[in-house]
Amino acid sequence: MIIQLKTGLNATNFNRAVRDLIAGSQRRELWSTMGMQEIRDRYRRSILGPFWLTISLGVMVLALGLLYAGIFKQPLDDYLPYVAAGFTVWGLISGLVLDGTRSFISAEALIRQLPGPLSLHVYRVLWTNLIIFAHNLWVFVLVALIFGVNPGWNLLYIIPGLLAIVVNGLWVGILLGLFGARFRDVPQIVASITQLAFFLTPIIWQPGMLEGRTMIVDANPFYHLLEVVRGPLLGTAPELKQWLMVILITIIGWAVTLVFYSVYRWRIAYWV
Amino acid sequence: MAYIRLDQVHVSFPLYDVTGRSLKKHLMGVRTGGVIAHGGCTMVQALNGVSFTVNHGDRLALVGHNGAGKTTLLRVLAGIYEPAYGSVKVEGTIAPLFDISLGMEMEATGYDNILLRGLYLGLSKHEIRQRAPEIAEFTELGEFLNLPLRTYSLGMRMRLGFAVSTAIEPDVLLLDEGLSAGDASFMAKANARLKEFWDKAAIIVLASHSEWLMREVCDKAILIEHGQVQYFGSVDEVLAVYQQPAAVLG
Repeated sequence: MIIQLKTGLNATNFNRAVRDLIAGSQRRELWSTMGMQEIRDRYRRSILGPFWLTISLGVMVLALGLLYAGIFKQPLDDYLPYVAAGFTVWGLISGLVLDGTRSFISAEALIRQLPGPLSLHVYRVLWTNLIIFAHNLWVFVLVALIFGVNPGWNLLYIIPGLLAIVVNGLWVGILLGLFGARFRDVPQIVASITQLAFFLTPIIWQPGMLEGRTMIVDANPFYHLLEVVRGPLLGTAPELKQWLMVILITIIGWAVTLVFYSVYRWRIAYWV
Repeated sequence: MAYIRLDQVHVSFPLYDVTGRSLKKHLMGVRTGGVIAHGGCTMVQALNGVSFTVNHGDRLALVGHNGAGKTTLLRVLAGIYEPAYGSVKVEGTIAPLFDISLGMEMEATGYDNILLRGLYLGLSKHEIRQRAPEIAEFTELGEFLNLPLRTYSLGMRMRLGFAVSTAIEPDVLLLDEGLSAGDASFMAKANARLKEFWDKAAIIVLASHSEWLMREVCDKAILIEHGQVQYFGSVDEVLAVYQQPAAVLG
């Protein structure tokens, strides 16, 4: 494998990988239609359609919010919006990670029959999850209205925050998708890690509740990506430290992904 | 001018069993000196030093037994498989039509499927909207096009797939067996459309077992055995060699 990395990492392969990423983004009409189709397909014969997602999230936020507000002895009008925002953004992040592991596997028939940039399947995963996020966001909007949360102008930070999640979601979908196509136990492994990350990331608990062991929060990439969107939703501007961590994650993630995508992109069609 | 040029193309497949597909076993294999991981992977040589050129206007048939490498070769031409060694040069837009019902959504309406299938084939939404009335008319499906695909019979689905697939105008057309348009009553009309479709393409590469189809469409042929080009010539010559007793090929 190390030998493959050494011989495969050259300018030609790198250029092809970058060209694949650009060409993929240009097939916007295809991946947006496919993403829309996927969601519509899942809910076509139910009356509420994709809003089932919204409802199930709403029920979860309400139930867990009430329970943990009691356990942690938190005032409800602070805690419930916090949990609602946390769940909504976590849904997007975990969705990108989980679907990302299957980005190429789930399109195996298409990959083997149609030529075209492979990255378009990752853009599809990205698009699908953004649509779901747009539905889930209503849970937060409702909770925010009920409890009178006014994020003010800090809400605008949600734009760079979401952009950060999208840019990172892209490399996650490529890297994990590539590993998932080669090693079929990767989706399961990643699913259990994501489950664990949910509990280790401040979503139902707050970073301030942690005394000592702050490494769990500071070194947790999920936390920083979560916070740059959750913060603005609740009206707090993310700290500079957070932005720096997000930039660091983005650079490292893309560097690793470009290496692997350059070397192994052409093998994906053989693997699926 | 469209052309295809293959030079010393080698393609081999890794065949993984369950062990080879497992990251856990892979990592454990590294730690124990790779003994476990080694059992997981066998390489199958699918194409072995294939070289040939197809020029503008050529209609090429791929002849060979099952598993000889015809489909793999088509996928290499389509750019789906990038060869491990050797080079593939294709000038012109390529359209592989291996499975005309690929990507059809059972829950989506006929019109949605025209859009989806058209996008897969590389058309833009704008182009599809322009061609949709003509495609719809050709299918003769009428009001059915507003209903989900699951309400269609198999023949109706094939008509739809056929109509969309033949609405494109590629330079290079890659076919795995012919295109079937479903029921017999529809055949005459479909054949006329097919003829027109074929005539528009600059190059056709057809993999088939049907002698009739190959003689009908193609003027040149390649005989492939065990991933190697055994013979290149006219369709009649190649079919004659193909049908000879195994003695010649060993």
